[in-house]
Amino acid sequence: MITVNGEKLDFTGTVAELLDVLEYNGKRVAVELNENIVPKADYGSTEVSDGDKLEIVRFVGGG
Amino acid sequence: MIPSEKEVYNALAERHGEDLQKKISSATVAVCGIGGLGSNIAIALARAGVGQLHIIDFDRVDISNLNRQQYFAEQVGLYKTDAMTENLHRIAPYCRIVPDCVRLDENNIPELLRNDDIICEAFDSAEAKAVLVNSVFENFPEKYIISGSGMAGLDSANTITTRRVMKRLYICGDGQTDVDDGTGLFSSRVMVCAGHQSNMILRIIAGDFNV
Repeated sequence: MITVNGEKLDFTGTVAELLDVLEYNGKRVAVELNENIVPKADYGSTEVSDGDKLEIVRFVGGG
Repeated sequence: MIPSEKEVYNALAERHGEDLQKKISSATVAVCGIGGLGSNIAIALARAGVGQLHIIDFDRVDISNLNRQQYFAEQVGLYKTDAMTENLHRIAPYCRIVPDCVRLDENNIPELLRNDDIICEAFDSAEAKAVLVNSVFENFPEKYIISGSGMAGLDSANTITTRRVMKRLYICGDGQTDVDDGTGLFSSRVMVCAGHQSNMILRIIAGDFNV
């Protein structure tokens, strides 16, 4: 089990795969894994493990 | 007759308290994008007496900006950094304005933002917002970012909030309404979001990190 934005989720895979599953646009997010930012270039190589806590922030346009 | 620097400082210190005003006057804030959000945020921070404002934008004032951005009709066609420097100087003549007429991206962010304590994200495009937040945290994990996300249309002003979504990332807005949905941007609602952002910036300067 991992925790994404406070909600429990059964998932194994990379950050990029998690974004796909949750239907996030990878160009419009910032991802924190256990309180450290995940560099965008590392989404495909960063594995999410059991017990990990992620925050995914999605940005919308306008300003 | 423009008041002296001492008179301006004393007027602020009298209202905000000397200790707090010292902190505000020595703060350096980068306002990234000086459109609807950033122009209002820069003005709020200048009025509070923030010592240095680093204003960054590549764009010129357009007639379509006048519905919500703090420029004057005769400034259409000017670079926003030039027009905003002039407007801020009229409000706060002793605030140090550092204008950078450039488009921020992954390549120039490390150099351009290294001296700013607090980073205010005030771009229009969702992708640009994400690039800024990611690049700043990848290069400067110790900095604070206050971002705006979701203030389009005319939904209730009460849906706009400040949330602390990461240790050093605060997001102001409703998190949902996207300008791409075609609902437009109104000065009133953009100013609510800009008010949230500038207020959180001042709270961080004051040493209070709770929303």
